[in-house]
Amino acid sequence: MSLDYEPRIIGFLCNWCAFAGADLAGTTRTGYPSNIRIIRVPCSGRVDPLLILKAYQQGADAVLIAGCHPGDCHYVQGNYFARRRFALLRQFLDYLGIEKERLRLEWVSASEGRKFARLVKEMTEEVSRLGPRKDTVRRPVKVATE
Amino acid sequence: MARIGIFLCHCGTNIAGVVNISQVREAVKDIPQVVLVEESKYMCSEMGQGGIREAIEKNKLDRVIISACSPRMHENTFRKTVADAGLNPYLLEIANVREQDSWVHADDKEAATEKAIALTRTAVAKALLNQPLTPKRVGLTKRALVIGGGIAGIQAALDIANAGHPVVLVEREPTIGGRMAQLDKTFPTLDCSSCILTPRMVEANQHPNITIFTYSEVMSVSGFVGNFKVQIRQKARHVDSVKCTGCGICWQKCPDLVPSEFDTGLGGRKIIYVPFAQAIPNVPVIDMPNCRYVKHLEAAKEGKKLPPCRICEKLCPTGAIDWEQEDQVLTEDFGAIVVATGFKPFDYGRYTEFGAGKYPDVIGLLQLERLLSASGPTNGELKRPSDGAHPKTVVFLSCIGSRDERMGKPYCSKVCCMVMAKQAILLKDHDPEIQPYVFYIDVRAGGKDYEEFYQRSQREQGVLWLRGRVSKLYQDNGKVIVMGEDSLMGRPVEIAADLVVMATGMEANDGAVDLAQTLHISYDTHGFMVEAHPKLRPLETNTDGIFLAGTVSGPRDIPETVAQGSGVAAKVLGLFSKDELATDPTVAYVDAMRCTGCFLCAEVCPYGAIDKEPSRDGRLLAKVNESLCKGCGLCVAGCRGNCINLRGFTNQQVIEEIMALCR
Repeated sequence: MSLDYEPRIIGFLCNWCAFAGADLAGTTRTGYPSNIRIIRVPCSGRVDPLLILKAYQQGADAVLIAGCHPGDCHYVQGNYFARRRFALLRQFLDYLGIEKERLRLEWVSASEGRKFARLVKEMTEEVSRLGPRKDTVRRPVKVATE
Repeated sequence: MARIGIFLCHCGTNIAGVVNISQVREAVKDIPQVVLVEESKYMCSEMGQGGIREAIEKNKLDRVIISACSPRMHENTFRKTVADAGLNPYLLEIANVREQDSWVHADDKEAATEKAIALTRTAVAKALLNQPLTPKRVGLTKRALVIGGGIAGIQAALDIANAGHPVVLVEREPTIGGRMAQLDKTFPTLDCSSCILTPRMVEANQHPNITIFTYSEVMSVSGFVGNFKVQIRQKARHVDSVKCTGCGICWQKCPDLVPSEFDTGLGGRKIIYVPFAQAIPNVPVIDMPNCRYVKHLEAAKEGKKLPPCRICEKLCPTGAIDWEQEDQVLTEDFGAIVVATGFKPFDYGRYTEFGAGKYPDVIGLLQLERLLSASGPTNGELKRPSDGAHPKTVVFLSCIGSRDERMGKPYCSKVCCMVMAKQAILLKDHDPEIQPYVFYIDVRAGGKDYEEFYQRSQREQGVLWLRGRVSKLYQDNGKVIVMGEDSLMGRPVEIAADLVVMATGMEANDGAVDLAQTLHISYDTHGFMVEAHPKLRPLETNTDGIFLAGTVSGPRDIPETVAQGSGVAAKVLGLFSKDELATDPTVAYVDAMRCTGCFLCAEVCPYGAIDKEPSRDGRLLAKVNESLCKGCGLCVAGCRGNCINLRGFTNQQVIEEIMALCR
């Protein structure tokens, strides 16, 4: 039996840098795994930790938050808030039985389509290696037998 | 019950070639409250938009989902479309199935289709919670700020000013003119660069609508389109520009010489100086760290004695020297900002195999430009830097800091091939005995009359173009030995050169990243500023009201830069043709019933947009100042009690999106 496991990754992408970077990956036809599902937010600092937990609760295998590089935030300092919240939430994940690798915060500028594609690829591979979530999983895991 | 219409765009084969549209249609048509699913080959075409308008009116739709390209592409187009059909534009939601689906998952059509379904479903879930929003109207200041006084900035300033609007032109150097002022001739016409530039500089200087601040920098920018507040620091020149007549006695008599920045270090300038003869304004600055009087004052502090000099002060007929002058900070209002801060040439000293910048007879393009120029350090006599001899064999090396991954510069700088052709022709013009060689990778001569110009350098002027790279340079007996390869002949080449010219590429200018951060606009990994769309919005940034012109956004030649300067002026004038602007209504709002008045929201707000307002029982509660709020949502994530929310991106909406995507 082989485990055909397709992780579901929720990406919160800021409108000004990361979402534009993801668009650029498309414009330049830089492919990446289809496991990521993108939610557009105005700023990485808009992402309330509760929203991330909501994604885990709904069965997401991993969450990516991507915003502007430090110093480049369209809203001056939103990404710094995102970074602090991320640091705190990451500490908390252990307690929830969720591996730290399932949460990432990355800086992707509007010109970094390739970087975004690489990130998604990396993350998909990493989460695939981890396998399905070991805490309560709501979403049924697709299992194929050969 | 809502009445939702879903519109699936094929985008030719861009979407439909990957995503199985009929499968998407099947999957979304039975979502509750969806009353209509329609397809169009091109939803953004007049026919496609007409179809949307008709469907809204016929089916009394109150929510519209368009499954098409990125909302960053056509959100405004489609908002207008639905508004024309009488629907509030903020009831529209776009599913990004092109940039973030079909274009990146073309190798897995099944997965792309599944994702398209998920994204469309998600848009439905979000749209159900959309509220009709109405933009507010605000006035605007019809006054433009142009940052950078090179040819791009001058052109933009002139075009805006000629249309009757005041312009402030800020330049950090003591004079406007920029890089173009340093050039000798321009390709492919061999026009004298300063002869075509300086009249423009004079025109800008004399224009009643243009105010020029040289030796000045932008410190901070706040506000938004139509209403920017900008702090400009005017550095102290130590010369009173009102009293100064530009007679030149001071810089003629100043006793000290230091390397001239304008002449790229090849010539000297005085301590009190104007960068070049046609400088505008024709008011010198005193280079304080190098000034004898300043050194005298500092030595005096340590109890040492140095002669005080002050010759400029003694000789100035109008008493314009002002040692006490200090930097001034001005705060000005603008409606639009043009960024035209240009480029700098790549530092060829980073190539260790080419002598790391230590061989005196290995120079860059801009240095040769100064050596060829009649206003240059040698008055146009071509003398090599080491011994002043007239070079007879000159070798050009192309792509220095261009198309070179090793230097982190994978991009082509676009103009260097033509600059080499031009300089080789000019060398022949100076001395027909000179034999120029050019080592190139490819010759890129895309531009009107450029290819002909390059051919002319070969056929008529006998410039030898050798395809291949140079591996090493070394000095030997007064010559620079060039060891290269002629890859077309398949053999190594060794040339004993009198002068070697590095065709230095364009790099983002010093301080470009800092300026981008001050303006909150994006820049790429090379420090070039990012356009709102590389093809369709090349002059705009992602921030409304801030525009780009010239090499600030990437390598360009002069005609393109000038065209961008005029183009940007058209953008600014378009903005200024309105008397009021609509603000984005996707701002935060407070649920006063829940707010406890902790003001965590106020602490995280970057714009000070949270007001304190007393409630009926006298407690202070948060209230959003909608004209200051920019809709970042930091307050929403900061609020502990879910009391503040962001229109268009409410917590509930994001949760609905998460739930739909995790299904």
